[in-house]
This record gives sequence, C-alpha cells and structure tokens, in this order.
Amino acid sequence: MENFRQINLLVNKQPYTLAIKPYVSLLDALRDYLDLTGTKKGCDHGQCGACTVLVNGNRVLSCITLAVMKDGAEITTIEGIDHPLQNTFIEHDAFQCGYCTPGQICSAIGMLREGKAHSRAEVAELMSGNLCRCGASMQIIDAIMEVKSGGSNE
Amino acid sequence: MTQIGKAISRLEGWQKVTGSAKYAGDYNVPDLLYGYVVNSTITKGHIISIDTSDALALPGVIKVFTHQNRPGLAWFDIMYTDMDAPPGTVFKPLHDNEIKYNGQPVALIVAERFEIAREASALIKIKYEEMHFETRLDRNIEKGRNAKKGLATALKPPPPKPKGDFSLAYDESPFKVATEYRHSTEHHNPMELFATTTVYEGDGKLTIYDKTQGTINSQIYVANIFGLHFKDVRVLAPFVGGGFGSGLRPQYQLFFSVMAALELKRNVRVTLDRKQMYSFGHRPQVIQKLRFAAETNGKLTALSHLALSETSQFEDYAELVAEWSHKLYPANNTLFSYKLVPLDLYTPIDMRAPGGSTALHAIECTMDELAYQLKMDPLELRLKNYAEIDPSTDKPFTSKALKDCYLKAAEKFGWNERNPEPGSMTHGNKLIGYGMATGIWDAYQFPARVEIGVNAEGKLLVNNATTDIGTGTLTVMTQIAADQFGLSLDEVTFGYGDSKKPFSMFQGGSAMTASTGSAIVIAANVLKKKLLDKAKEITNSPLKDAELKDVMFTHGRMYLKNQVEVYVMLTDIVQANKGKTIKTTNLGAPHMFDLRKYSKMTHSAAFVEVEIDKDLKTITVTRAVTAVAAGKIINPKTATSQITGSMVWGISKALYEETILDENLGKYMNMNLGEYHIPVHADIKQLEVIFVEEKDELINELGVKGVGEIGLVAIPAAIANAIFHATGKRINNLPIHFDELL
Repeated sequence: MENFRQINLLVNKQPYTLAIKPYVSLLDALRDYLDLTGTKKGCDHGQCGACTVLVNGNRVLSCITLAVMKDGAEITTIEGIDHPLQNTFIEHDAFQCGYCTPGQICSAIGMLREGKAHSRAEVAELMSGNLCRCGASMQIIDAIMEVKSGGSNE
Repeated sequence: MTQIGKAISRLEGWQKVTGSAKYAGDYNVPDLLYGYVVNSTITKGHIISIDTSDALALPGVIKVFTHQNRPGLAWFDIMYTDMDAPPGTVFKPLHDNEIKYNGQPVALIVAERFEIAREASALIKIKYEEMHFETRLDRNIEKGRNAKKGLATALKPPPPKPKGDFSLAYDESPFKVATEYRHSTEHHNPMELFATTTVYEGDGKLTIYDKTQGTINSQIYVANIFGLHFKDVRVLAPFVGGGFGSGLRPQYQLFFSVMAALELKRNVRVTLDRKQMYSFGHRPQVIQKLRFAAETNGKLTALSHLALSETSQFEDYAELVAEWSHKLYPANNTLFSYKLVPLDLYTPIDMRAPGGSTALHAIECTMDELAYQLKMDPLELRLKNYAEIDPSTDKPFTSKALKDCYLKAAEKFGWNERNPEPGSMTHGNKLIGYGMATGIWDAYQFPARVEIGVNAEGKLLVNNATTDIGTGTLTVMTQIAADQFGLSLDEVTFGYGDSKKPFSMFQGGSAMTASTGSAIVIAANVLKKKLLDKAKEITNSPLKDAELKDVMFTHGRMYLKNQVEVYVMLTDIVQANKGKTIKTTNLGAPHMFDLRKYSKMTHSAAFVEVEIDKDLKTITVTRAVTAVAAGKIINPKTATSQITGSMVWGISKALYEETILDENLGKYMNMNLGEYHIPVHADIKQLEVIFVEEKDELINELGVKGVGEIGLVAIPAAIANAIFHATGKRINNLPIHFDELL
C-alpha cells in the first residue's frame, strides 16, 4: 500500500525498523507495532502526560509526536528504565492504579535532567503536565524529592 | 497478628513502575483487530440513514456494524441487566435507530489497524431526524418525581419519613438558616481509557480482558446478551487503571468488542478515546434546598433537606442525598425528600462517594452558616449536636469515634488559633481561611466467596474474583490471609481479577476489605479445621487428640497452643493427602440478623486552610487534615493513600471539576482533560491523615469499615467554609470559581 514510510528507531537500546503510515503516533508505534505497552494512552491529546517517554534523553509526549518525526532517534520507555525513582515511588506509595506511573517516572527523569527545578514547589510545577486521577500528587512529589535531594525530603 | 496493621508497600508495585502491569487495552494478542466507535452527534431523535460505503472502501477496514446489520441478540431487556442496573430498561447498544442521548454509540468500525478504524470513522455519513430534548435540571424542576423502586432500592432506599412538625418547629425556632446548593455534572475520568480485548477461543469460548470493577458482572452481562454459557466466558481484570465507579457497570466497549469477536471469529480490541469517556455514566446534576433551625443554645430543632437530581429517560438512577444530616444530628422535627427528573442524557452512575459527597457539602455548609448566626464556634456546634445513637433510626452504632476525629484533627490543625471574624486572618497579600466539616459514609459489606488452600510447598493460596482498582486490595487481602496462618507475605498468593475465581460483587461502596476480607477469615477457619482433621489422620500424629481451639499456626506449622514443641508441618499434612492441595471454599456475608439492631457508619472530620489572593482572588488549599474513624486499618500505607486521594477528589469537587452542558446542543462541551479540570501536582500542598482508634467487634470478622470514600465527603464543605471565613462570601454552587469572589 502507498504512503508507508520506513523508519529506524533505537528503543531501549534495541534497533527497530518500521514501515508505517506518517499519521501513526509514536505512542501507537510503541504500543501497537513494537508491543511496548508500558507507555500508556490516557487522552491522545497531549493533555495528561501518561504517554511520556524519553527521546534522546528529553521528555516527550509520544501521543502528539508522529513516529516518522523521530526517525533515527534514541527512545527510552518505562520498559528500559532502571532508576532509583522506581523504588522511591513504591516506598512512598506514589501510585494507586498505576496507569499514570510510567509517564510520571519518565517525566520525572526528564525533569531532573533539565535541572530547572530547585525546590519542592518547582518540582511540583514542572511535573504538573502529568495528571494522576487517584490523587497521589503529594506522594509522587515526595518520591521525586527523595531522589533529587539524595534522601532528604525538602 | 503480625501483618495486619503494618504499612506494607503495594505487592504489585514493581510491575507498576516497570511497565509490566498489563491493563485491558495492553494485550497484544495474535491477529488482533481494532474497533473504533462512532457516536451520535444529535441528542434525541432517529437515524434516517447510515452510509458506510466510503468507510468500507478504505483498505484495511473489515466491517462496519450498525443497528441495521448487527447480529441477533438477546430479546428480553432483563438479559441486559447488570448487577448495578438501576430500576428501568437497560440501554442496548445498536438496538434500533432511536437516539436517546448525545454521544450514544451508533456504529463500530473494525479494521486491521487502530489508525485505519479511526480514519474510517470520519467517512461514515449519518442522516438524523432531530427531536426536542431537555438536558438541564434547573429548567425542568417541575418534573421532579419519586424514584422507581427495584433491586437497587435495597442499597438506596428513599429518605426516612417526616418526624414531628417541621414547618411549625422551623418557624418557631429562634435561629434558622435556609440555603440552596447547585452541583454540576462530573465525570469519573479514570486515567485508563475504557478498553476491552476479546480473545476468540472458538467453541463458543471467550477470554475477555475488560476494564471493569466487577469481573463477574461483566461475565454475566456477556453470557446473557450473547447466549453463551457462563463457564465459557472468562473475564480478566488483573490491573484496572482507576474506576471511581465508572466500572461498576459493563460499558459499551465490552459489548462492541465481544459482538465483533463473535461475529468475525477474530480477536478484537475496542478502546474508547477520552471524549468517549464522557458518553456513559456521570455524577448527576443536583439541586439541594436545606432548612436547619436551632435553639439559642445551638441544639437543632428542625432539619429539612430536599434534593432534586437527574436521571435518564430509561433508568431511574438514585443516590442517597437527603438523609445524611439526620444520621449525624438529632432533631425532633424533620422533612426529607429526594426526587428525580428524567432528562435526555445517559443514566448517571455512582461516582466516588455518590450522594454523600453531594449532600455533606450542603449539610456542613448549612451548619457553618447556622454556627455564624448563633455566634458559636462551628466545631462547638457539631459537638453540641453530637449523636451517640443514630438519630434517624434510634439504633446504636456498631462503633462511632467521630468525637475523637473532631478533637484530634482540630488539635493537629491548630483550630483554636482561628479568629472567627471573616477576613480577619491574613498572611502578606493573602487572606487566610479556616474551615471544618464532618464526614459520614455507610460501612457496607457484600457477600463474597473465598477459596483458600495449602499446597504441597506449604504455600497458602487464596482466590476471589474481586478486582484491585488501585485501592490496595491485593496487598490488604494478602496481609489478612497471612495472619490467619501466621505466615509471611511471600508464603501467600492472592488470586483475583478473574471471573473464574469464587464470587465477588463489583468493587464499590468502600466495601471490598469488609467483604472479601471477612470471607477470608471465615474460609480460613474452615481450612484450619480441615487441616487438623487431616493432621489427625497421619500415623502417630502428635495432634491426634487436639481440638481446633487447642492449635495455632505459624510459618507452616500447626502446633499446640500450650505445648509449642508439639507440631505438625503443613507440608506433611498435604503430603499425607497424597500431595493434593487441601482447600475449602466458603461464603462470607454481612451479619444481617445481628446487625439489624445497629447503625453501621464510618465517620471523619476535615479541617482545611485556604489562602486567597487579596487582588486576584485565586484560591489555594494550603493545608488539610482529615481524621477518620473506620474501624481497624489493615494497611496504614495504602489506607492513607485512599484518604489523601479522596481529599484530592474533595479539593477537585470544591474548586476544579465540572462537565459543562450546552443546553442548546444537549451535549457536554469540555470532553477532554485540558478543559475538564482536575488538580495538578502544583495544586496539591499539605495533606495529613489521622486514623483514630475505633474498635468494632460487631461489624464483621475483622472489625473493618472501608476507607475508599470517607476521605472525600467532608472536604468540599470544609473548603467552602474556609473560603467564607477568608472572604465573608458564601458560594454555594460547586465548583467555586475565583471570579465569584471578585
């Protein structure tokens, strides 16, 4: 069929070649074509943050990113994450249903790398693109602050 | 008891932080087809024609289902009735050409790829004949009538009959307040989109991964409608990305996924998009009128609460709204009423703390107004009218530690530092307001069957069909089961989220710990007896003369209470049973007979601080303390999260969330997470939870009451009262927008 593009993605250090239509989002490419379903779809409009992944180290909303735009990029999804935040999220009970959690963790890693947040309030502000309907906000920021400050919570 | 009461981290935590937790839409089974639903763009009327030819011509489209070509289905309405169906006639997708509400599903496109199905949806051409509709509650007040009665009425009875002479008492009382409250529509919006993946197994068998709060509820629904044997329909929901009530009933993606799978003999997934999440079930619009009166000393003399709510044209969804004040406060003269107005909208559905969160906002704000009129501290007014027995039934409570909640939360919060004068407390450019409110919620318990057994490795296997929607059910049930046999958590496996497991109701009403938890205790006691009987059969058994009361269990041993060194290993008992798991399945149920003389309630007290910008009037909830009396707390960590999560919901209800209805179009206008506001991380500051001691030896085997909703009910009123304290303005309609304070 016409309109298929061939792209290369390095996802969690694994090379993939995909033939997809240009209108396939990076989120759908990860979930439906590469079977990496850890990245979640919560709105498909860039409004909830559940689909956050790291592209070349930066946090990106994969639902409003077309896969073809990331040809050649290095992508890390929750399946490729090995980070202290995973333990602090468990320890602080920073999730209930767990659906927003992959996005929260990827977003937090990206946020810490950006280096713009210097206080609890700034962390909360810069994490506010990731919604949590279970209401675990306080625990999520607690978990991030513990990693950010290497143990202390403020 | 060593596990119960411990702050254990969620046992499924690692799966949730690594992305290996699979939700209903995550099962990429082989040869999967993707379904995309098309929804009505009119509110009421008929479909004249549907042209699917362009959609069908799109490469990759397999089939388009409409009311014209859907397969023959169950004929009788009753076959569509789920366990949570209100009185009336259940909505039947693709039944005919009639449109009952805006967003009604009217077609399903099935394609090789999700994107193709979605693209095809834009190619469907539908002609409608539109009819006049009514969607606004406040424009149809005169249509209010009593709710029809049915099975659901058992849990949601009409309000109690009047007492005394309300009008006379109200007129003659020296202090009185009359208030009115209006609440908008709200939608649950769990983060997970509703999805169903149906695996077509052949031979009339289906394996279904469904987003639901009740695996057996979905199983019954599917089997009845599609004429399948119950045992051939297996519904799995090991992970559920939030529910909050929206998954109490089978939603239409389940119907569509199963219909397409059976018809096409293929595996089919249907995932709704966020906009479609507004096309089934919501918290209803409610108008409440209250009149409370008191003596000079603050004692209440008269209570009236009249509530008017919406329902659909086809089902009578009811909530408990009007009766709560009299479960909290005594008064000799009462008048309560609850009426429904049928509108051209979908049937509402329970949403976290249904009825209670609506009612308590009104009741506790009215109490605050009365306190100001009496020039009495709002907390003092509550204590003055404290009920030691349930005033609405004259029955004692199985337990009630509300007074402790008030006092402990007030102290923690620093309530005595409050200057009652509105606008008197400031901090720089901010007005500071302190507000408080009471919470009350039913302590429900549902019947549940639990299978429990010990296997050849000495591990305890426990099974029940319940889900874990993020409440911590897996962890809590494992803790409960472990303690019955003195085991560590890794010696216990709790199987759940599977309709093949023994019966559970849907996960709602804050009832799961009481329901499945109590059933675990009951089944464990039967298993202990069974194990002892088997132990006696072992040759030269050291326990051959023992009775159940003489033995105890710890780490794989059954031993004599008074002679610890005399024991039998559970593994040896199973070995003597030829290595076969020794198990039993038993029913746990509420102690209806013993409890008929009691009132069963959970209580809370919330204290809130708000900061309001003097110029911009922006509102921030800077601190909130909730004290909860909910019987025994099995896991303080997950229970605290239930309460803080509910407090966030309370903040959201008070200040953020509402679905806005356009009465000219009859449709919701903000069907996305950008315009449907919920608190973001930056909106949530300091939340504190206190669980007060509440020993309840009557309520159930565990003395638990449930914590899923009690944390929500008091918060909206506490916030509204704090806003009054800061500004002197009473804003009675939720959510409160800052521009109303300008």
